Amino acid sequence: MSEPGGPADGPRAAAGAPRAAVIGIGNPYRRDDGIGPALVAALERLRPPGVSLTVADGEPSQLLDAWSGAPLAVVVDAVLCEAPAPGRIHRTVIHRTGRGSGADDLMVPAPGSRAAASTHGLGIPDAVRLAEALHQAPARLVVMAVEAADIGFGVGLSPAVAACLPELTRAVLTEVAADHEAAGGTL
Amino acid sequence: MTHRSRQLRVSALARVEGEGALSVIVEDGRVRDAQLQIYEPPRFFEAFLRGRQHTEVTDITSRICGICPVAYQTSAWLAIEDACGVTVSEPIAALRRLLYCGEWISSHALHIYMLHAPDFLGYPDVVALARDHRELVERGLRLKKAGNAILETVGGRAIHPVNCRVGGFYRAPAKAELIPLAQRLRGALDDALATTGWVAGFDYPDVELEHELLAVREPGCYAIERGQVASTGGLAFPPREFGGHVVEHQVPHSTALHATLDGRGYLTGPLARYTINSAELSPIAREAAAAAGLGPTCRNPFRSIVVRAVEIVYAASEALRIIEEYERPEPAYTDVPPVAGVGHGVSEAPRGLLYHRYQLAADGRIESATIIPPTSQNQAAIEADLRAVVAAHLDLDDAELTALCERTIRNYDPCISCAAHFLDLRVERR
Repeated sequence: MSEPGGPADGPRAAAGAPRAAVIGIGNPYRRDDGIGPALVAALERLRPPGVSLTVADGEPSQLLDAWSGAPLAVVVDAVLCEAPAPGRIHRTVIHRTGRGSGADDLMVPAPGSRAAASTHGLGIPDAVRLAEALHQAPARLVVMAVEAADIGFGVGLSPAVAACLPELTRAVLTEVAADHEAAGGTL
Repeated sequence: MTHRSRQLRVSALARVEGEGALSVIVEDGRVRDAQLQIYEPPRFFEAFLRGRQHTEVTDITSRICGICPVAYQTSAWLAIEDACGVTVSEPIAALRRLLYCGEWISSHALHIYMLHAPDFLGYPDVVALARDHRELVERGLRLKKAGNAILETVGGRAIHPVNCRVGGFYRAPAKAELIPLAQRLRGALDDALATTGWVAGFDYPDVELEHELLAVREPGCYAIERGQVASTGGLAFPPREFGGHVVEHQVPHSTALHATLDGRGYLTGPLARYTINSAELSPIAREAAAAAGLGPTCRNPFRSIVVRAVEIVYAASEALRIIEEYERPEPAYTDVPPVAGVGHGVSEAPRGLLYHRYQLAADGRIESATIIPPTSQNQAAIEADLRAVVAAHLDLDDAELTALCERTIRNYDPCISCAAHFLDLRVERR
């Protein structure tokens, strides 16, 4: 897509280095692809302390900026799966353990998907690999991928994806809180 | 006679902006066809601009591209203001030029470091380059961020700026707000000079293009955000005559239209800009160009990366000049009351000349819109170059030839999404 479409492209809230960066990736004008921005909007109302909130289109340099200085990054994005279970949340944790690590956990190609892409098409795994190569990856990166039902044109989430937003919000807050209490803590 | 056929196919072009494919057919040792197939779905911007108000256009056209939204805003407001007979004040024009410099820096840094340089250094992508040369990629990202900082300060945000409007800006920054930007741009200028020195050392194939080159020209400066149209074939005309010279036509294999200039193929972009306007570069950019081995013209598409680096030097130096001489526009915009009529606008998007034409009703409704992006204009020239590249390298095996074709395409930094969007290469040898 050539249209990132997100309403903001810089980190919001959290003056100084945040202890956690929550990044919602997606385009709210492509239905369920807007789950990342919707999660950020939900957290903006709750204002979790020490947490920066960013809506991003997934462009790598933007992600590097968004999680810069934060030991924890939680990235929320939509995914298409076969067979689909819209609204299901997939959680992947990547620890910074060395070159090329972790990101490959995210490299399960969707059926029919193309490999390698343009800057428009670079995905989170490419951004993570670039961040690792540049020593700019967060110590801990949690990816919450939400299964989408519809990424067609238009605003508004499908009922199944809209219904998972409260659970997703709780899961992200738990992630941030767990990290606050014990680095490396898991759900 | 032996009948040998070869088929090379790249079914998803890497490191170009958008989605497209390349198909080359070689028959009995001769290149029969080379097609840049753009299968990005048509986007219908020109159709859904109809019926909108003239003041809404720049916010809509901005959405055509996340890499060069300022170009799409600029050509649009130029055309609307032309139709309404409004000329903005010089302080507003200068602030627009500053904004556009930000887009050039950001877009060129992205293409040089993330997309193009890996081709010259034998890396599959920027991630592999970053593993071996972390400091180089960090420099590229710093440059991109400096460009984005201009866009954020002047435009309100880096992608699809929101502070721009027909007639000027919603709010013009105070000079004090530009001072931190100037500090950052001084660093960017150093990074840009280092970039030029770096790319000058790459190995370049000895290729010269014969295409007629077309760019915006404005006496007294290196044209970016306004001007007349000029070609290396001696053409010089105002934007309102663009449609009399450039004709778009459909081809079956692409969702982007092709274009001809007085019936001939032609090329826009960095090579055209540099060849037509190099005398107008700032002294520091001219020095950087000379040190990088560029003469007054450049027709080697592989060296487009050097021209882009020189243009970053220029854009950074120009941005610094504008900030130094900055007078806050008061008011920040000029009213643009609607007038029934037609307006035309041209500006130099990072990838080349971008033309807009709008026909307005007396109440400001858009009756028709025409947008001719640089990648559409360049498609035929890219295909011609591919034919020449394949013909000259038929001895290469399919994998090597495919890689060379992909490089050839990346020389042009095509933004397929703007033109209609990724390349799928197919070479068929029969």
